[in-house]
Amino acid sequence: MGVMANFVVNVLPYITFIVFVVGVIYRIAVWWSRPSPIPIPVFPGQRTVGSAIVRVLSDVIFFRSLLQFRGNRILWLGAWVFHISFGLILLRHLRYFLGAEAVPGWVAAVQGIGIAAALVISIPLLYLLLRRIVHADIKWISTPADYFVLLLILSVVLSGLYAKYVARPFVVDVKYVIRSLMALKPVDLSTVTLNTAFLVHFFLVQVLAMYIPFSKVMHLGGIFFSPTRTHHFGGEAHTKQLEEA
Amino acid sequence: MGEQLEKLYDVELKPGAGENYVCNLTKPEFAEVMKTNIPKEPLPDEQMVEVALKRLDQLRKERKSLQLYLDICVRCGACVKQCHYFLGTGDPKNTPVGRAELLRKVYRAHFTISGKLFGPLVGAQKLTPEILKNEWYKYFYQCSECRRCSVFCPYGIDQAEITMAGREVLNSVGLATKYITQVISQVYKHGNNLGIPEPAFKYNCQFLEEEIKETTGVDVKIPVDKEKAEILYLPPSADLFTNTDTMIGVAKVFHAVGADWTMSTYASEAANFGLFFSYDDLKAINLRVVETAKKIGAKLVIFGECGHAWRAARQFMEAMNGPLPFKFMNILEYTAEQIRKGKLKLDKSRNDDVVVTLHDPCNYARAGDLVEETRFVIKSVCNNFVDMDESVIKEKTFCCGGGGGLLTEEIMELRMKGGLPRATAVKEVVEAHGVNYLAAPCAIDKAQLPLVMQHYEIPVQVGGIHDLVSKALILEGQEEFEAKKKAEEEAAKAAAAAVPAVCGLCDAEFATMDECCEHAEKEHKISKEQCDMVCEPKK
Repeated sequence: MGVMANFVVNVLPYITFIVFVVGVIYRIAVWWSRPSPIPIPVFPGQRTVGSAIVRVLSDVIFFRSLLQFRGNRILWLGAWVFHISFGLILLRHLRYFLGAEAVPGWVAAVQGIGIAAALVISIPLLYLLLRRIVHADIKWISTPADYFVLLLILSVVLSGLYAKYVARPFVVDVKYVIRSLMALKPVDLSTVTLNTAFLVHFFLVQVLAMYIPFSKVMHLGGIFFSPTRTHHFGGEAHTKQLEEA
Repeated sequence: MGEQLEKLYDVELKPGAGENYVCNLTKPEFAEVMKTNIPKEPLPDEQMVEVALKRLDQLRKERKSLQLYLDICVRCGACVKQCHYFLGTGDPKNTPVGRAELLRKVYRAHFTISGKLFGPLVGAQKLTPEILKNEWYKYFYQCSECRRCSVFCPYGIDQAEITMAGREVLNSVGLATKYITQVISQVYKHGNNLGIPEPAFKYNCQFLEEEIKETTGVDVKIPVDKEKAEILYLPPSADLFTNTDTMIGVAKVFHAVGADWTMSTYASEAANFGLFFSYDDLKAINLRVVETAKKIGAKLVIFGECGHAWRAARQFMEAMNGPLPFKFMNILEYTAEQIRKGKLKLDKSRNDDVVVTLHDPCNYARAGDLVEETRFVIKSVCNNFVDMDESVIKEKTFCCGGGGGLLTEEIMELRMKGGLPRATAVKEVVEAHGVNYLAAPCAIDKAQLPLVMQHYEIPVQVGGIHDLVSKALILEGQEEFEAKKKAEEEAAKAAAAAVPAVCGLCDAEFATMDECCEHAEKEHKISKEQCDMVCEPKK
């Protein structure tokens, strides 16, 4: 236990951080550097830079493409609730990165909704998992990696809930661990009581973070580069109006 | 949405259903004239994989779209039921994601860390000649590059980009289709897809001039190869042979506004099959247009009723062969503008025999920003227009089933299956609104949709928008000609009626035909329409 705990708390986080940051930057750098000389916007939507920005953001924030008429609104609901919940849960966890002193008002304010999101998120997760099993066509296109990432996130959620409601670690100790890591200082395990529930949760989160740069989860960054959405207009010599003779 | 369209989406999954649809392979004489470098024959198996991977690596480094769309798909399946070939065949490899995965699995196995480490667990599979021949060659030629999936994808993943890259990789190992390479070779030889040689092209234009003269009495010119002109017009070459009413309509519009225009026999084709084949050929074909326009000093280049032509022009021309010393537009934008300016005298009632619906060509709607002008022109020239269901028009329009270089005989069954969604939508408006004219402003539509409508037994005529413009447009001097013609016909009829007649049934004699007809109706119960069966002029 001692060795494992030491690894999860004092070694793995640095590896995770490097893999995550370098990995994500590398993936984005690749997309950034690829040339894209041919404008290929899919109309309608973007005749100006402004409207292209609006279109990308509406896809990022509201998942507009799924929401539109004859899109896939059930999938939209599942996916949107999942992503929003995930975001809220992340925001809630900010408190562990802040000092023992006062937590800013807005971080305190998202605690309630963050916890609600943690309770809710399993539902869309199970839906996203089940639709891959139930629908023959979605089952056909699914790869093991698709199930893996859903199960991984589900295990992160469940271990988090377990640590929150069943086997609570001492919150001051959790903060101490995170703050030590941020200060690049080793955590003295003899001075804190970290239970297994916390260690499992912390471990799974790190696995997820390291997995991201190698996986489809990168869609989060990729959407900002998608030429059919980011390109605007194209064919500047095109005219809809004749010049007056 | 109607019940029939709703039912379309209940697709039974039939893996392997698309296996049998295979385009014929190219021939050496076509392969060797392509601008992109392709082997004359498929490479031997032992060379295939290496060459293909090299090309794929090159392409993903050249195109952001390809690299990104190989990377970010989450296989959510939002695109699955948006593809007409999947709705028609039920083959999961014909879903946009399923088709793209054929390429992605190879990309992962050879170019990603996770694919190299975990193989099939992350959906990676190493390339084999069989994958190229049995999967890629079949399924990348069961995509019409219509880009409907991109509208519904949460990341805008464009299957056309994947298909175009897949086909370029196939080209590098000598797996190209006969249809596409043959068409492109004809452009290089004759300037147009149909391979119409210069004399025949000019002869057909004269023939159409005569036809206009006969019906309207007006001398409308269809100029070819003028040395200098303000406007260069590019028709789809089919408009000179099969869809002549469209060409006539366009010529009449130019005549009515007094435009200084010409066509060219060097670039006598609007369409650009390079779009279905390779960037090199796309660029080379388009260059013929740009060169011609520069040579004749055109200020405006106008593209005819053709979907792919419009995408090649709108999105590729300037990027590939720019900067352009001219402006360009689509003929529908041009005609719409002339109507707005009040330059065309239109009589809508001349189209009262038709109830029109519009098939938006994919490349007008999704690549060309051209959905309002089409409707505006139709509504300006006829009284009865009905749109199909909102889910199948404008940017959500369904492909006709024959785009993307698939308009070839050997895969007719696939084409009919791919046409099913469009046919279903048309059927609904035919039954609900009595639609009898399907306007399809694209040469591929005009070749494909009549077959689809016949296949699904839907009683509509398929035609262009300028066919309707042609009917409604009244040229200067045309009314006088028509009045004169009508007067002559009536005079001839009256002259014929004034002749003494005899009843064939009872031999009674009458001073005029009318009197005889009245007699026949009264005495022999023969209706006046059938009068000529009994009454004859007296000899």
